[in-house]
Amino acid sequence: MKLIAIDSSGNVASVALFDGEKVLGEYSVDHKKTHSVTLLPMLKELTERVDYALEETDAVVLSSGPGSFTGLRIGGAAGKGIAAALGCPILPVPTLEGLCFRLPEWQGRICPMLDARRSQVYSGIWRFEGEELICIEPGKALALEEMLDMLNRSEEEVIFLGDGCDRYREAIEAGMRTGYRIAPAHLRYQSAAALAVRAASLGNAAFVAADDFAPEYLRQSQAERERAERLAGSGS
Amino acid sequence: MVRILAIESSCDETAAAVIADGREILSNVISSQIDIHTLYGGVVPEIASRKHMERIKRVVDRALADAGTELSDVDAIAVTSGPGLVGALLVGVSYAKGLAFAGRKPLIGVHHIEGHVCANFLNRPSLEPPFPCLIVSGGHTTLARVTGYGEYEVLGRSRDDAAGEAFDKVARALGLPYPGGPAIDKLSCEGNPEAIEFPHAKVDGSEYDFSFSGLKSAVLNHLNSCRMQGQEVATADVAASFQKAVIDVLLSHSMLALERSGDKRFALAGGVSANRHLRAAFEEACKERGVELICPEPVLCTDNAAMIGAAAYIEYQKGHFSDLDLNAYPALRLGERP
Repeated sequence: MKLIAIDSSGNVASVALFDGEKVLGEYSVDHKKTHSVTLLPMLKELTERVDYALEETDAVVLSSGPGSFTGLRIGGAAGKGIAAALGCPILPVPTLEGLCFRLPEWQGRICPMLDARRSQVYSGIWRFEGEELICIEPGKALALEEMLDMLNRSEEEVIFLGDGCDRYREAIEAGMRTGYRIAPAHLRYQSAAALAVRAASLGNAAFVAADDFAPEYLRQSQAERERAERLAGSGS
Repeated sequence: MVRILAIESSCDETAAAVIADGREILSNVISSQIDIHTLYGGVVPEIASRKHMERIKRVVDRALADAGTELSDVDAIAVTSGPGLVGALLVGVSYAKGLAFAGRKPLIGVHHIEGHVCANFLNRPSLEPPFPCLIVSGGHTTLARVTGYGEYEVLGRSRDDAAGEAFDKVARALGLPYPGGPAIDKLSCEGNPEAIEFPHAKVDGSEYDFSFSGLKSAVLNHLNSCRMQGQEVATADVAASFQKAVIDVLLSHSMLALERSGDKRFALAGGVSANRHLRAAFEEACKERGVELICPEPVLCTDNAAMIGAAAYIEYQKGHFSDLDLNAYPALRLGERP
């Protein structure tokens, strides 16, 4: 299965080409968040460098969220445009699952954690059983304390990764009563290659029509939240 | 024949069109989000961006289908790159870049206000520069002289609120629905435009610049003082008098520009130029001066992608193409190249 993978859900802009057997190339940059400028030129350079035949693409793999709302749309809209031009489907991969695929050898719980602002994180808990990724707690937006409480209910060691474990390192240190580690720098953030490998494991069954792809933000816009609160308030 | 596929997502309309030789509309698809934003009394940028993301591919595909063409048949892909809401712009820009990259097509970033001006070329294919043009919309109020194809001399712009923004804010204060322009236009028919004298703000140091925030405040003050004194607000009179104050200022600056340039044509553009009272006032003033007034039909006044295709054709002919590092530029000024 030939895949173009794009992840711009966080600070890293990452693109990869995967031919079903091997990662032909990955280009990741963690510099300034200007994904709208850098992402397409990076992909173009990568395809040229490895003589990739765009027309042979089976699907465009996209991080489907959560993450930066704008970041998800920059990669998502570019990916939809590419899929439209190539006439191929999209293979969405939840951002947190893509992160788990950076650490398939880890024996224990995996806790990808993204900074969701407003004292919250986007996080969940997974574990590899053999090659299979098992979800223990599905990804959602929640308070850091709530997440740490959840993790402390088991003694199984945890590895954290994602930008949330940088942002909240001190709070993790103070709040964790179970053994834990933080993923090393080269494995800590989003990677389009990991996303592609995850996508390949999901296979054709996970294809969605490019028409239908939209990110799963896991959080409403501020205006929608405030309106829902107003309506709930006036109803009581 | 040069076919340009154009995409527009700078505010709350997801739009795509196919334009032939810059003047003929082969298709023009507009998916409005107005029903959703009405719930919030104005455009919510995050919601607009999300809706663009959901709709963009279907809208673009329909524009291609309506034109009886395929992506492989178009000569270039054009997209609004600014000004506008940055999150909304980014959806169109990113989608267009993906299409251009994988479809191996030239990309053209287009200035949204140039698009509004160029809507006049669609309406009047024989139109040629030079001519002065007033662009009035929810986001922009700009008086410019189109000196050549793709060449603009900006004479004046709003120092604060855009004219359409003032309409929206006053409409909200009057309890009228969003968007405020059509609501005030309609209600004004029943009111006396001379009933209340609202200020016609002058801008220090510029004959051509506009300011509408003082006018908006004057309307709000008037409403407050009526309420304090227990008087019933004559809503239709307030709407008509406010609208007249806006139109008077737009008209006087525009006619000054026209007299100085000596041009025999004057063009209107932008969503507010669909306002019937504004059109009537400009028609009368132009007629008195023996000047031809050019104005796009209403569907080409509000945001659309056909106008972006018309503007892109000028760039296409000049060989001005964008690279894949094209960004969204929320505050791009008319005449500026990103």
